[in-house]
Amino acid sequence: MKGKVTVTINGLIVEVEKGMTILEAAQFLGFPIPTLCHMEGLSPYGACRLCVVEIGEGARAKLVTSCTYPVEEGLKVRTASTRVLRARKMILELLLASCPQSKIIQDLAAAHGVRQQRFRQEHEDCILCGLCVRMCEEQMMAKAIGFRNRGEKRSIGTPFDVHSETCRLCGGCMYVCPACQLRCTYNEPEKAICGGCENLTPPCIEKDPFDDMMCYMTPCVACEQPKN
Amino acid sequence: MKLSSIEKLTEWRSVLAKKNASGKSCLCICAGTACQASGSNEIIRATKRALIERRLLDRLSLRITGCHGFCEMGPFVLTEPQQAFYTQVKAEDVPRIIDAALAGEYVEELLYKDPSTGQKYYHRGDIPFFKNQQRTILEANQKIDPIRIHDYIAEGGYRGLEKVLSVQDPVWVVEEVKKAGLRGRGGAGFPTGLKWEMLAKQRSNGGKFLVCNADEGDPGAYMDRSILEGNPHSIIEGMIIGAYGTGATSGVVYVRNEYPIAIKHLTAALQQARTLGLLGGNILGGGFSFDIEIVRGAGAFVCGEETALIRSIEGKMGEPRQRPPFPIQRGINGKPTAINNVETWANIPVIIVRGADEYAKIGTKNNSGTKIFSLVGKIRNTGLVEVPMGMTIKEIVYNIGGGPVGKAQIKAVQTGGPSGGCIPASMFDLQIDYDSLSRAGSIMGSGGMIVMDENTCMVDLAKYFMRFLKEESCGKCFTCRKGTQRMYEILDDITTGKGTLEHLDLLEELAHVVKDTTMCGLGQTSANPVLSTLRYFRDEYLAHIQNSRCPAQVCKPLLSYSINNNCIGCQACGKACSVNAIHGERKQRHFIDASKCIKCGTCRSVCKYDAVEAA
Repeated sequence: MKGKVTVTINGLIVEVEKGMTILEAAQFLGFPIPTLCHMEGLSPYGACRLCVVEIGEGARAKLVTSCTYPVEEGLKVRTASTRVLRARKMILELLLASCPQSKIIQDLAAAHGVRQQRFRQEHEDCILCGLCVRMCEEQMMAKAIGFRNRGEKRSIGTPFDVHSETCRLCGGCMYVCPACQLRCTYNEPEKAICGGCENLTPPCIEKDPFDDMMCYMTPCVACEQPKN
Repeated sequence: MKLSSIEKLTEWRSVLAKKNASGKSCLCICAGTACQASGSNEIIRATKRALIERRLLDRLSLRITGCHGFCEMGPFVLTEPQQAFYTQVKAEDVPRIIDAALAGEYVEELLYKDPSTGQKYYHRGDIPFFKNQQRTILEANQKIDPIRIHDYIAEGGYRGLEKVLSVQDPVWVVEEVKKAGLRGRGGAGFPTGLKWEMLAKQRSNGGKFLVCNADEGDPGAYMDRSILEGNPHSIIEGMIIGAYGTGATSGVVYVRNEYPIAIKHLTAALQQARTLGLLGGNILGGGFSFDIEIVRGAGAFVCGEETALIRSIEGKMGEPRQRPPFPIQRGINGKPTAINNVETWANIPVIIVRGADEYAKIGTKNNSGTKIFSLVGKIRNTGLVEVPMGMTIKEIVYNIGGGPVGKAQIKAVQTGGPSGGCIPASMFDLQIDYDSLSRAGSIMGSGGMIVMDENTCMVDLAKYFMRFLKEESCGKCFTCRKGTQRMYEILDDITTGKGTLEHLDLLEELAHVVKDTTMCGLGQTSANPVLSTLRYFRDEYLAHIQNSRCPAQVCKPLLSYSINNNCIGCQACGKACSVNAIHGERKQRHFIDASKCIKCGTCRSVCKYDAVEAA
């Protein structure tokens, strides 16, 4: 199967390896494409739509997510056309409207010159990029968390909202989260996917002993107190 | 009994046809879902009892069929060979109908009458609703009891399969379908023959799949259900022919669990076909094997999208994935898979039996064949209509649909379900086919056609569809999930009087981005309701925003009620008002207290003197 295909990226005619995605090829060549839901080592998913690029020409030109689209012979890609940038700006505006507290989203929005946010402000913790779900399943072999529901009710969590037996509390899900935090419900041990220590005032300082907190990070990343 | 060869099937068909042609009168009663809901089960019970009690079984037979299409007038009884069409029948009418059918007479007062002219029709074929249609697919429904394979075979069923097995050339099958110019009836209009050709070329050592997509979820559309309920064998035959042409080894019918009658009939039909040796191993002794199983979907709208459908069949969460690879390359369990809509499969036997050239004569160039539409909304004759491609919207709405119900003029039709678009009355000369609809900013979709009159607010309509879509989006793509939510939010603001002109620009900008950046068909078309109403009915949006007025008087927060000089002080409105917002002395003009009024509109509906005005 391996071989080379010739593609045109932003006018540059290059040979890239067959089987690569557009994103990989573009990044290899040094064309920046922003993305929130892509990570090396995890399967491509195409949820955040930030990495859209324009392919094809004329009336058949369309936007596709570069993280999921494989390179094809003769493919013409534009990673920063007007259409692409317009779409990215709107996506960032939507992201800002939902998750304003995320540093990564703020930085991306600033870098793309998004100067306004015209939607009703929300404060959500999750953009449902699915990185944590894939991390848990593909790298940690746990499948402790997954998507639930559809449409506006879609969320990520453990089955029945109780601590999953397959969860080893590795924290991988929090580690990969690009924009938001899986909030720790530290006072309900059976629900523990911890994240409480990421609050500005770590619960372990104000509240009772660290042992009761179900915090599994040693030392705690917030208060840096060793366990026991 | 297993039929071991083509000749046995032909022989058996002539025996069955002879039996059916005995000249015995027959009562056909529709037992489609719509007619069952309007009470056809009771009619069927009453008829059965009467036939048994009066020992008429050898003179009159009863046939319980699937949907005939004229759902507005259900439940109905059709007599054969008279072709008298009795509408909105009640159980107590049954004895009279039986007497008339035996004597060759008519029950005059039950015959279909044109509601506007009052003209009576003695023959079903003369009724404008049926007369103006070209029913190649639906026609069979009335002649067949869906759970009796004998009926289907006697009516010429499985002749297509016979022909295919006697020609013995898979390439010929694919060429026929290609030549017929059949385009996928699921909405996108991809040429079926081309799809089959690609599947036939795929190499696979683990088998290939054919899927019948019966995950019909558009609000107001039910043609797939009616075909599955009324003529399941046509789907089975179509799939067997498809399998022969493409070398597929297994078939799946993906049907939503909300269609219990369709599942029941299909299960029975599959069983009968297997018993007769028409399905399974070594079909009709021709050495070719194919079997079909039913997979029931849990009713997610997005599972009608082919990649989501495949995931659902595999037992995973129903969410689409990026194409390529297309299902034709990697489908169910990684095997090549071709997915066609119910109506597409039902067209296959017709093409094979009549021949591709004959079929291609129906309809227009590049858009051959007939298409079934479910005509619903503010129209006199709701139901399923089957027309050749290229008929104008005007002909369908006025000649078949019978025009508007009340005084209000028809304003627009919405085609293609929630992700379709609206076509205004000024464009009703538009020919219906895949290309002209998409040029007009709408889509063919699976064939829903919702008619709207002046009492429909287009902003409210867009909001309704957007609510449907935000609930039915799978939520994988951020722009589809959040975009539909935000569009709904803006539309909601506009309908409640909180909208601004900036909102309108933002809505349009967002709609274009959502259309551009989502992955599957649901997301890409989810902006259509907004974009097409903005294109043709921008004045209604502006009226909501600038004048705080809803022209169709639908958006309650923008309405205010008042009483004019017509009021004679009858006090009817005051008694009907649940919040005591209406004051006034008897025989004096009344007044509405706007601070108390909840804008329910009850006063207006009870007033006999047109004294209550809404603005």
